[in-house]
Amino acid sequence: MNLDSKIPAGPLEEKWQRHKNELKLVSPANKRKFKILVVGTGLAGASAAATLAELGYNVHVFTYHDSPRRAHSIAAQGGINAAKNYPNDGDSVWRLFYDTIKGGDFRSREANVYRLAEVSVNIIDQCVAQGIPFAREYSGYLDNRSFGGAQVSRTFYARGQTGQQLLLGAYQALMRMVDARRITLWTREEMLDLVVIDGHAKGIITRNLVTGEIRRHAGDAVLLCTGGYSNVFFLSTNAKNSNVTAIYRAYKRGAGFGNPCFTQIHPTCIPPSGEYQSKLTLMSESLRNDGRIWVPKNAGDRRPPNEIPEEERDYYLERLYPSYGNLSPRDIASRAAKRVCDEGRGVGPGGLGVYLDFSDAIKRLGRDVIEQRYGNLFEMYERITGENPYEVPMRIYPAPHYTMGGLWVDYNLMSTIPGLHVLGEANFSDHGANRLGASALMQGLADGYFIIPYTLGHYLASHPKMEVTTDHPEFQRVEEEARARLERLMAAKGRRTVMSFHRELGKLMWNYCGMSRTADGLRTALKRIPELRAEFWENVVVPGSGEELNQNLEYAGRVADFLEFAELMCRDALHREESCGGHFREEYQTPEGEALRNDNDFAYVAVWVYTGPDSPPVLHKEPLIFENVKLTVRSYK
Amino acid sequence: MKLTLHIWRQAGPTAPGAFETYTLDDVSPDMSFLEMLDVLNERLIAEGKSPVAFEHDCREGICGSCGMVINGSPHGPRQRTTACQLHMRMFNDGDEIWIEPWRARAFPVLKDLIVDRSAFDRIIAAGGYISCHTGGVPDANAIPVPKPAADRAFDAAACIGCGACVAACPNASAMLFVAAKVVHLASLPQGQPERYRRVRRMVEQMETEGFGHCSNHYECEAACPKGISIEYIAQLNRDLRRAELVGQELLP
Repeated sequence: MNLDSKIPAGPLEEKWQRHKNELKLVSPANKRKFKILVVGTGLAGASAAATLAELGYNVHVFTYHDSPRRAHSIAAQGGINAAKNYPNDGDSVWRLFYDTIKGGDFRSREANVYRLAEVSVNIIDQCVAQGIPFAREYSGYLDNRSFGGAQVSRTFYARGQTGQQLLLGAYQALMRMVDARRITLWTREEMLDLVVIDGHAKGIITRNLVTGEIRRHAGDAVLLCTGGYSNVFFLSTNAKNSNVTAIYRAYKRGAGFGNPCFTQIHPTCIPPSGEYQSKLTLMSESLRNDGRIWVPKNAGDRRPPNEIPEEERDYYLERLYPSYGNLSPRDIASRAAKRVCDEGRGVGPGGLGVYLDFSDAIKRLGRDVIEQRYGNLFEMYERITGENPYEVPMRIYPAPHYTMGGLWVDYNLMSTIPGLHVLGEANFSDHGANRLGASALMQGLADGYFIIPYTLGHYLASHPKMEVTTDHPEFQRVEEEARARLERLMAAKGRRTVMSFHRELGKLMWNYCGMSRTADGLRTALKRIPELRAEFWENVVVPGSGEELNQNLEYAGRVADFLEFAELMCRDALHREESCGGHFREEYQTPEGEALRNDNDFAYVAVWVYTGPDSPPVLHKEPLIFENVKLTVRSYK
Repeated sequence: MKLTLHIWRQAGPTAPGAFETYTLDDVSPDMSFLEMLDVLNERLIAEGKSPVAFEHDCREGICGSCGMVINGSPHGPRQRTTACQLHMRMFNDGDEIWIEPWRARAFPVLKDLIVDRSAFDRIIAAGGYISCHTGGVPDANAIPVPKPAADRAFDAAACIGCGACVAACPNASAMLFVAAKVVHLASLPQGQPERYRRVRRMVEQMETEGFGHCSNHYECEAACPKGISIEYIAQLNRDLRRAELVGQELLP
């Protein structure tokens, strides 16, 4: 496997500019001759599709939703980082780069992260021009706030609905191009598989979710912008339909999968309330700006929070990490919450929760200010729990939220399959072993608006144009395989529902490949996942038929892929004998319980390559070379 | 809690639909409304019956996927709350609940509670945007926006495109949806160059799609899970009148 990251030569600060100068171009008259298939319409997909269409490419966009505006980027709450330094508090491209690479526990590429920080400033310009209603000061200028893992205020936000506003901006840009007939929009159309011809990604197979029709789409390049795979845990903050299928299918067609075990557990989610729980709801990390996290000092203290006196409360983040306090990065804050709950000091049902208390902030700033900042989040909390957070502290607990792992891509966002590009959360590229808050929106839009429009042209101009139609035998073969899989799901006619399998898989993954992992636990999971998978194919029941709107069939296909993918995650977690970022192996920790990284043996990207149904995947390594930053122990104390 | 559910079942766009009745014996007040339907569906599948098709995704009240009329109200009895954020503590033991899809000519039923809302996308495509090429824009702080204008733009932009306004309106009008986007963009300096073209084209598309007109019932605002104000419809109408004059070059 050739893992050439194609990092440009030269000083870090000049790499991207130099690279842009050297990339090949496609002439304006030729662009419309290239058909680009974009799968997914979140921030990465919508921004890429709109921009490529503006440039003149013939773009086809696919979403399984009824509208591109439903993609899960819409749910991002807190904000988007950019090194604008408008507050004049010492921020710079370098600092955003450094915070991000350190936040990722030194498991990402310097050049990628630097480029991300560099284009972050363009994103804000673009979004403001589109009419995104960012928060403003009375002067009329943009407001910023601070966020976890940073000591400057560089986060732009639109109340607690930043993702919604950014996505609607990208969606509107996309719909403008639909109106201009530059984009063909395929809604309720789910990608089932990737078609690779002569080593290049040349098309996809889709299923129409209303009629069940299976279709072939040929193109000159394929862009996967299909998000992350946190739903492998069943309970996560992801939308119910988010899944791994598109990138997992691409992996099975030859694309290397980077760091699948790097998953992020978000510290501030509403704890589950019962067995029927279908998903977990995130409360924006921005709440940690004004909320103070605590648990009772004494295990088993069951008094209501308002009756626990100040001296019997343990504000453990402020105690353990005095310089970052409640704004410690996500992985650190999540593990600290788990630790105090494991000590029996957790609050709420089952002791799985810690308090996030706004009483001090309300005293200091007044209820109006808190309402202005977090009103919609407080409302959401009240709807779900029936408790009023202005009066009673919120209860929060960590939940799976984001996956740093994804398909391996080079500096041009191209996977190991030429022509297959991967953008946003679906790729592995910029966040290392842990993502900082307000950086997902930044990366999705950086990839879509400012990177792929340059690098895709280079791919197209570097290879002779291959005229492929859907009559090619490879399309025939892949379509038949996709059909056979659906038929097998329909034919099982067993006794267990898809959801019951998904729940069981989720519990396995949460227990053995969740917030903390051990070699023994991972071996147990690696034994039980194949058993569960075998039972699934024997005993699953999918009602209805494949020739109609059948939500259970869609779900079954996605869970079938999770059941394979989960094994890859555990395998990766087992092989990485160190703790870094969101990957915490209990065997590798300091005496204080902090993550113990092993830079000598594991400063690389683990890239897994599929070798067939009956043989284990092969591990390839892309060494991470640090020329500009010194690898330090990540300390937030 | 024990509940009796009457749910609209319809196999496809052209098939006739009817209410079917189900009972659930063990509903927890902490369940969300959709989790209650999950429980019902798991049971129906186990019994070899067809589960109820309903649209949902984020279950956080922001994606706008879910939507059903619950006891006559779009998204159910709680103000400013989507169906996914509605919790069973809003109901009582022994309640009967009627659940049906959005009803509007422009939103044909696809199956059970799922309707086709692509008309909304086409309205946005007709003009719900600011035409700016990626990259060719000034520095973000080069365009100061007075805070009240930015706040107004945000309030309007909070629309999630669920379609409850259409379902609530006796005329099945999409005026609140259209007004929300028109006002969002018209409140900002960046939105001025296309202001009148935008409102004209979006309203034309709304009419083409078969939505009705507004005759001031105010049901849309009451049903809107994001509390979008009907005051925006007044601004839309003002802008639409002005657009005619601008179109005839009687105004700049």
